[in-house]
Amino acid sequence: MKIVVCVKHVPDAQGDRRFTDDHTVDREGVDGLLSELDEYAVEEALTIAEARSASGEDSTVTVLCMGPEGATDAVRKALQMGADAGVHVCDDALAGSDALATSKVLAAALRTLEFDLVLTGMASTDGLMSVVPAMLAQRLGLPQVTLAGKVELDGTTVRIERDGDSATEVIEAPLPALVSVTDQINDPRYPSFKGIMAAKKKPVNTLSLADLGLSPDDVGLSAAWSVVEAVAARPPRQAGQRITDEGDGGTRLVEFLAGAKIV
Amino acid sequence: MKTTSSRTTNPQDLADLDSLLTAEEKAVREAVRQVCDDAVEPSIAQWYESGELPAARELAREFGKVGLLGMHLEGYGCAGMSAVDYGLACLELEASDSGIRSLVSVQGSLAMFAIWRWGSEEQKTEWLPQLATGEAIGCFGLTEPDFGSDPGSMRTTARRDGGDWVLDGAKMWITNGSIADVAVVWANAGEENGGIRGFVVPTSVPGFSAPKIKHKMSLRASITSELVLEGVRLPGSAILPEVRGLKGPLSCLNEARYGIVWGALGAGRSAFEAARRYSMEREQFGRPIAGFQLTQAKLANMAVELINGQLLALHLGRRKDEVGLRPDQVSLGKYNNVTKALEICRTARTILGANGISGEFPVMRHANNLESVLTYEGTVEMHTLMIGQALTGIPAYR
Ligand SMILES: Cc1cc2nc3c(=O)[nH]c(=O)nc-3n(C[C@H](O)[C@H](O)[C@H](O)COP(=O)(O)OP(=O)(O)OC[C@H]3O[C@@H](n4cnc5c(N)ncnc54)[C@H](O)[C@@H]3O)c2cc1C
Repeated sequence: MKIVVCVKHVPDAQGDRRFTDDHTVDREGVDGLLSELDEYAVEEALTIAEARSASGEDSTVTVLCMGPEGATDAVRKALQMGADAGVHVCDDALAGSDALATSKVLAAALRTLEFDLVLTGMASTDGLMSVVPAMLAQRLGLPQVTLAGKVELDGTTVRIERDGDSATEVIEAPLPALVSVTDQINDPRYPSFKGIMAAKKKPVNTLSLADLGLSPDDVGLSAAWSVVEAVAARPPRQAGQRITDEGDGGTRLVEFLAGAKIV
Repeated sequence: MKTTSSRTTNPQDLADLDSLLTAEEKAVREAVRQVCDDAVEPSIAQWYESGELPAARELAREFGKVGLLGMHLEGYGCAGMSAVDYGLACLELEASDSGIRSLVSVQGSLAMFAIWRWGSEEQKTEWLPQLATGEAIGCFGLTEPDFGSDPGSMRTTARRDGGDWVLDGAKMWITNGSIADVAVVWANAGEENGGIRGFVVPTSVPGFSAPKIKHKMSLRASITSELVLEGVRLPGSAILPEVRGLKGPLSCLNEARYGIVWGALGAGRSAFEAARRYSMEREQFGRPIAGFQLTQAKLANMAVELINGQLLALHLGRRKDEVGLRPDQVSLGKYNNVTKALEICRTARTILGANGISGEFPVMRHANNLESVLTYEGTVEMHTLMIGQALTGIPAYR
């Protein structure tokens, strides 16, 4: 079983979020990390590959990342967790790419790889668009099975469970397929020290747009179908309203909640 | 020379010391931080308050999974990491609690190191792999009720009886004692047998018991015990064959002390961070107390001492990886970093006012813990005298 996991390098949510002059997220000079939501996809891939390998089937996990130079950190983290190899698409022309361009690049990279299963997270923690998995499946002509809370495989099909508010859907698709997983699916492992040391020796293949046969005109900010017009910091939080209980505290709380249309 | 400056100010790393670490070293630190955040932080205040460590075995297994136990040793299931990696791990562990770091130090640097460095092949293959995974827990018995700083005068004896050894005596203040599966016990075997010798004692043997020491006001989230040895009969193969004399236990202590050089800064960092945050939120006289010059002076001093301590720790770590350290160099590190960390905790406590003495904040816990750290692994006075001896050539302690 050959699994490819698409991972994104995102600015650390703990740090200050900054934007560049063209209103795109500042990715240079800020601490970045493997998007937390992608850790679930990496974990799921490793769990599947380990189970398959244990039953004698040769299995590999490759992580695929598009991003600036520093994004190798995300690839490295996945390798430390246990993935076998990394592919990093890195090109100056990619800066400012929207979801359409991103899916185009990832699709082109996936065409250079062998895979039975493509796994992704449910969204990136910085963009939160959640559309790349669907676009990617469309471009590659793969069945897309999104928001999986559980993944099961036999040799030829993948079966997932998707938890909704009132029901759990069970969805099946033939392989190869693309599956996005939620943050409910597993508990991502930490890299062990042995994993950290082993990752130093694992291969990371860096590809440019030219390597993928893509033109700079197809990607980047200038080719984006959507443009961020303006960004503004959220106004500082207003001071709360204090209700002192003078015998009518309960009533006043309910009045407040009703006023805010919460009850 | 660059005339520009790095763009961001990080209050946790004002001097950009992170630039001195490799990507792998940062990954090691991050892995330990994660396991502590998940397995230690949610419960540590409760464990400390109740004076118990009910999860000791689970913790050991979690730590084993990451590779923390005996991480700087090679082979036998150990991760074979560098001294700097080990130091960074100790710092993160102790940022959660000195007691948790003690569990790991004693396991890896005292019990495992003793067997790894001075044990027979048979002892190594029997014990090291299970100590590395955390399946088994180890302790290290040197201190006695009547002998602490002067372990050479110990009363515990090992007597030859046919092919066997028979151990009698008592050890005191032994970390992990009551839960250990194996104890490395140091005993006087008599001049004819090389003086002080180490023994690998499975704690299930008849005559061995390890009652817990109660009423500790420090290091409460750590198990501390007495070891009672009453005619403990061991096969001849239980002795550590490769070392004779005090050099045996002291070599192990040097390893653990090196970890403390880093670890203590973790406790200091946590207290500093709690105080810094608190000072910006707490308002008196209509403004955050962080705005008062006295508070800023405290914060600045704490930050500078933490940076100095880290530079010293990192320097010693790089030296240890490259050429090894002399004991007086380890003394230098432990002396400075533990005393400074303790001062930082005490200063942090004042910034929190009354909240500083509350278990709702970690500050008093760290301060109290460091009282133990100041004493164990060589008291601050003994380390002062080690430095004094290195400077003057005169041993003032005897
Ligand atoms: C929580 C905790 C855990 C511990 N865990 C372990 C363990 O796992 N294994 C183990 O073997 N031990 C352990 N210890 C014991 C520790 O190593 C000893 O407490 C330490 O060595 C000091 O010995 P002591 O307490 O007997 O003090 P003493 O040696 O009696 O010292 C008392 C005071 O006299 C001073 N003093 C002594 N001699 C001199 C001198 N020549 N010159 C100047 N001042 C001197 C000391 O510095 C100190 O201030 C632990 C201790 C604690 C508190």
